[in-house]
Amino acid sequence: MTTTKDSRAEGTTSAGAMPDLRYSDAEEQLRAVVRGLLADRSPLTAVLARVDAGGADDVPLWRALAADLGCAGLLIDESHGGAGASYREAAVVAEETGKAAACVPYLTSAVMATTALLGTGDADLLGGLASGQLTAALAIGFATMPGTDTNAWPVRIGPPEDGDAPGVARLSGTVTGVAGALAADVLLVPGDGVPLRLYAVDAAGAGVTRTPLVALDATRPLADVTLDGVPGRPVATGADAARAVAAALTAGAGVLASELFGVAEQCLGMTVSYVKERHQFARPVGSFQALKHRLADVWVAVTQARAAARYAAACLSTGDPDTPVAVALAKAAAGDAAVLAAQECVQLHGGIGFTWEHPAHLLLKRAKSASMALGTPDRHRAALAALVDLPPPSGG
Amino acid sequence: MLTEADQAAGLRQQVREFLAGHDPAAMPRLEFLRARFDAGLAWVHYPAGLGGQGLPRSFQAAVDAEFAAAGAPDNNPARIGIGLGMAAPTILAYGSEEQKQRWLRPLWTGEEVWCQLFSEPGAGSDLAGLATRAVRDADGDGWRASGQKVWTSIAHAARWGLLLARTDPDVPKHAGLTYFGLNIDQPGVEVRPLRQLTGEAEFNEVFLTDAVVPDTDRIGDVGEGWRVAQATLMNERIAIGGGAMPREGGMVGLAAAAWREHPQARTPGLHDRLIRLWADAEVARLAGARLRQQLAAGTPGPEGSAAKVVFARLNQELSAFELELAGAAGLTYDDWTLRRPESLSFFGRGPGYRYLRSRGNSIEGGTSEILRNIIAERVLGLPTEPRTDTRVAWKDLPR
Repeated sequence: MTTTKDSRAEGTTSAGAMPDLRYSDAEEQLRAVVRGLLADRSPLTAVLARVDAGGADDVPLWRALAADLGCAGLLIDESHGGAGASYREAAVVAEETGKAAACVPYLTSAVMATTALLGTGDADLLGGLASGQLTAALAIGFATMPGTDTNAWPVRIGPPEDGDAPGVARLSGTVTGVAGALAADVLLVPGDGVPLRLYAVDAAGAGVTRTPLVALDATRPLADVTLDGVPGRPVATGADAARAVAAALTAGAGVLASELFGVAEQCLGMTVSYVKERHQFARPVGSFQALKHRLADVWVAVTQARAAARYAAACLSTGDPDTPVAVALAKAAAGDAAVLAAQECVQLHGGIGFTWEHPAHLLLKRAKSASMALGTPDRHRAALAALVDLPPPSGG
Repeated sequence: MLTEADQAAGLRQQVREFLAGHDPAAMPRLEFLRARFDAGLAWVHYPAGLGGQGLPRSFQAAVDAEFAAAGAPDNNPARIGIGLGMAAPTILAYGSEEQKQRWLRPLWTGEEVWCQLFSEPGAGSDLAGLATRAVRDADGDGWRASGQKVWTSIAHAARWGLLLARTDPDVPKHAGLTYFGLNIDQPGVEVRPLRQLTGEAEFNEVFLTDAVVPDTDRIGDVGEGWRVAQATLMNERIAIGGGAMPREGGMVGLAAAAWREHPQARTPGLHDRLIRLWADAEVARLAGARLRQQLAAGTPGPEGSAAKVVFARLNQELSAFELELAGAAGLTYDDWTLRRPESLSFFGRGPGYRYLRSRGNSIEGGTSEILRNIIAERVLGLPTEPRTDTRVAWKDLPR
């Protein structure tokens, strides 16, 4: 329990320890550029059309975001061709992709897979990711809770075949519900063995089958990934591999909190605009106190979620020991806020909000799906209870 | 360009130099506090000459910590919370130079306690409809105030009141108000305890009968009272809901401690509630920290209303949780004796008191319903309800 107490006190008792939870000027500039691109290339009407057409990733948009704007390399240091920025900047981009419900594998490639590789120093992969030439995905189900203690990964390790490079193993098995897999050039696959190894696999190679799922959130395609004796090159081994996977899931959940905040803010903005315009009983419906109070509650939830998401991004950026607490708080708060805001968006739009033609459902599905991905709010609160020494009833 | 760390270090050095010349153990408390004020180390975000140095508020913590480490007496902020949190920022924003010089120093040192004379029996949420009249003397040098104020915390210990009064009944209600500092210590002011559902009388009723107010105690212009009152109210909401505190500060810390100390009282349902409340309280603490980071010196905006809405809900739910966790002891109460506390406490006494006192948190300083209106109209820009009361002269309103 010593570590628990340390983490509870960290950053909280001395007044100077609270990180800056505002946005810096540089972060606001980055936001403006990303928002401009998304407004131009991916308005919600275009996202809806894409979903209608089958909901695949928007490859040209992803290239523009990843390569032209350099968002794929935010977390990668300059020696590997990245921007040497931090999770604070990465989270700002996520806010914008959330607001736009953009169909890009930003979270899965530029945040999660990239985080997994940061400690490996794998120059080829990091260089490719930083330049936007390569897109990667971590082959772990998108529902996985960070800190999931499993030694039973679904992919088995087989011996190399003749002609395989040294260290290569042959991988077989199926990982279900992977986000970003369809857009990926490289899959990062944890193999089921001791020591744990994380392998890089050519996503388009022989023996790799990616079966698209019908996702609740069609703006973020999911797939089952089946490997059948596929060569995997180890990129991390043992404790390094475990750390890489854990860091990727934690950073994914933390940055997803910022994405959820973005979704929530978009829903609130759309709803406020609508109730100012929509007239019933010869008044804007937004003048009725019953609606105003509901929107005030959404605004409060959104405002609180932003503070939590900024704190998580700040902790991730500095490797603060409070990061597990910060991420659990942020993911739970932002998940709940986004779902509240999206559900109120549908409700307060009335009949039009329930139609397929109105984009509210895109945001509802993105909010609900993302709130459950990488750990539901309830699971994150349960993790929090353990982290801050609030034990459950004994035997419960 | 000095970094923030350099500036904080410089401030700490200033405090040490001050302490070298002012031994808190060897001089009377009040003299020490006055000297601290005069040295610009009272509230560093206030201007030079008024107890501060014109620095961002975030530096105050370093100064307070340095004084606390030296065992220096503080100004007992819990006793003068209304002065520090509401009167001082209002005087700073709208007071004359003479008023700032006269009022801020004894306010900060605690020599003069302030209270707030806003609410009336007939004007709660509809504060702008208030009926206390202030009438100008024939010579124009002063005013006479008459009426009844209510919900006045700590008036029995106060020397001054922030008085909002009607000076022109012939114009619409928001336009006819003027703001004053009222000397409580005079025959025209009668303070009677108002017993609350907690059993104590932290609040009062204050009856004004031709109370004397020199025109030099008017804060802001005649007819500008509503605008000045907004500054007080915005600061009040920040003061109630937005204070800096460590993780597990306030009510959540009490609830968490009770949970850790009483494993036999735990149930799955209470556990679920506690985790949610703990997380909500910690997120609210982060949101408060972010709000303070955004605040330049001066008047906070309507955003502070959110902090107060959340604070009220959390206090109510956490204290209810704590009471239930207490089991059989939760059926008892410490004392129903009518007392008149000298300072305001949301977290003192037992869980029963905290539960009952917290019901006031969503009423005092603007009900949560009014605050939601403010968020909706002033932050989100939603239209007001159709109103019949804002364009006619106050005297013609039905009541």
